[in-house]
Amino acid sequence: MYVEALNEAIFEEMKRDDAVYYMGEDVRASIYGASKGLFEAYGENRVLDTPLSENGFIGAAVGSSLVGMRPIVETLTSFMWVAMDQLISQLAKMKYMFGGQASLPVTIRAVMYYNGAAAAHHSDRSYPMFMNMPGIKVIVPTFPEDAKGLMKTAVRDNDPCIIFEDGNLGGIKGDVPDNKDNELLIPFGKGKLLREGTDCTVVGIAGGNIHALNAAETLEKDGISVEVIDPRTLVPLDKEIILNSVEKTGRLVVVDPAHKVCSAASEIISIVSEQGFWNLQAPPAKVAAEQVHIPFTQALEPLIFPTEEKIINAVKGTLE
Amino acid sequence: MLARMIRIRLFESALIECQKSGEIVGSLHTYIGEEAVAVGSCVALNDDDYIAGNHRSHGHPIAKGGDINKAMAEIFGKRDGYCKGKGGSMHLADFSIGILGESGIVASSVPVATGAALAAKLKNEDFISLVYFGDGASNQGACHESMNLAALWKLPVIFVCENNQFAVTTSYKDSVSVDHISDRASAYGMPGVLVDGQDALAMYEATTVAVERARSGEGPTLIEGLTYRYEDHSLGLASVRRDQSYRSDEEVEKWRKRDPIEVLKSNMIKQEIITQKEFDQIEEKEKISVEKAVDFARKSPFPAPEELYDDLFTDPIEFA
Repeated sequence: MYVEALNEAIFEEMKRDDAVYYMGEDVRASIYGASKGLFEAYGENRVLDTPLSENGFIGAAVGSSLVGMRPIVETLTSFMWVAMDQLISQLAKMKYMFGGQASLPVTIRAVMYYNGAAAAHHSDRSYPMFMNMPGIKVIVPTFPEDAKGLMKTAVRDNDPCIIFEDGNLGGIKGDVPDNKDNELLIPFGKGKLLREGTDCTVVGIAGGNIHALNAAETLEKDGISVEVIDPRTLVPLDKEIILNSVEKTGRLVVVDPAHKVCSAASEIISIVSEQGFWNLQAPPAKVAAEQVHIPFTQALEPLIFPTEEKIINAVKGTLE
Repeated sequence: MLARMIRIRLFESALIECQKSGEIVGSLHTYIGEEAVAVGSCVALNDDDYIAGNHRSHGHPIAKGGDINKAMAEIFGKRDGYCKGKGGSMHLADFSIGILGESGIVASSVPVATGAALAAKLKNEDFISLVYFGDGASNQGACHESMNLAALWKLPVIFVCENNQFAVTTSYKDSVSVDHISDRASAYGMPGVLVDGQDALAMYEATTVAVERARSGEGPTLIEGLTYRYEDHSLGLASVRRDQSYRSDEEVEKWRKRDPIEVLKSNMIKQEIITQKEFDQIEEKEKISVEKAVDFARKSPFPAPEELYDDLFTDPIEFA
């Protein structure tokens, strides 16, 4: 499972390198699962329960990374707002601002819970904002194997990495290769072809890929062949895999659980419009979250996010 | 100590001249009047201890023994500057001698320095860290969160509040809820010391006690150095219009009469440690080194356009 894959990755990296340590709120008790067993295995100097001070402890993670540590920080996207000073003014900018002197091997685990009646304060999918900020690598794994391989790569990377983990994928099952040599390392900037097709390219972000694959399955019964691509990381972005696919299909739909304005979908459509325009046979379509806060009520929340049905309609729209 | 204080004073004076002549662009926050705080505390540190500063921070790297050629070139925006011209006046840094950089956002480097101290604890190493922040920054959440973390985890960090009495134009008496910022230390369970910030020896003594405490694993100390800035908040681009109502000429004059360089000099002459002649020689030597720094900065090239994206990431990422 997704959460277990993350747990494995963290275990392996902490075992491999003493400089790696884990911090966050309630991580010793592992209330979300991914830090299960870490405290028992690595003790109080490697697994830190923090006070509710996101700006303070994320800043401390940043400072420790400057002098040789490799922190993994667990938090939720919604709590990152109170830490934006340290995330943006320090983590994102320090390396450039200090002429390359700073090395910032910080990995932030940013869990996104949404579409689960959590209301506006606990439903954030903030990765587009971090795409907009130079200096941060933005990682959006969908499947357990990718979660593990990208986590391990992030921990070893010398730049700030934020892994946006889709909370709806926590229980997603999938094969993770048996890696006795501990080397399941998935490079950043390499997208993955999830399903081959010829009529329309669907690019999915995080949990968007699950809906995209379901939609592709359904559309196949109508004789529509959909190619599904998971970019896996948004910074850096594998634009080649997307442009090459659009060259083949001539059509593009991007499925993005973040708000639709200035979203990952906006950026991908912009790139294809600028660099693959003459391959397009129809206007690209965006299936992203409505540009409104997440309402609590079960009557309205389901209207917000991408669904299989919305994707089917969007794909059909490009074929009209 | 005396030489470093004179160096800061002359360095700042040269900057003011170079800004008037148009060679330096942007804003300048000068440290004139506060030299004893940085120098008195820095000389109590070892070379492998860390410091972090703030927006008014030319004095800190010089106090730690930084290279004034590189500092001057940085403020000129030149390639041979500390940060290759990318940081400027508010972001001097020299990681090779423990200067983890300054921050233009007030209090933003307080969590960072706390994190460097966390690294010392996690690695079980002997180094400590010290952070400079102002009376204005003392009201920021980042400051309070860091003090709580540091006291909770007994981190080897020294919080040095440079109380120059004004956050731009607002007196600390109108913004701090207690008589002295050092009074707040007791709320976190650490010692708080109010020191005459015009007296470098007093700063040195207070810091030495705090260093011993930090190194022996007893935790942080808050030192408040009561001082005064002679110039207005900033000069140049973001200069604040001179508003005489926030402080009187008499008040400025009163503080100038207790000039930190004069205080140390007269003390040393009285104790027959130096003569006036020797003082003059030190001053002459520093004058020449600052002139050379200006010359170095003038002769250094500007970074080339193709260097714009350098140092954003460890390995370059291409954006669309």
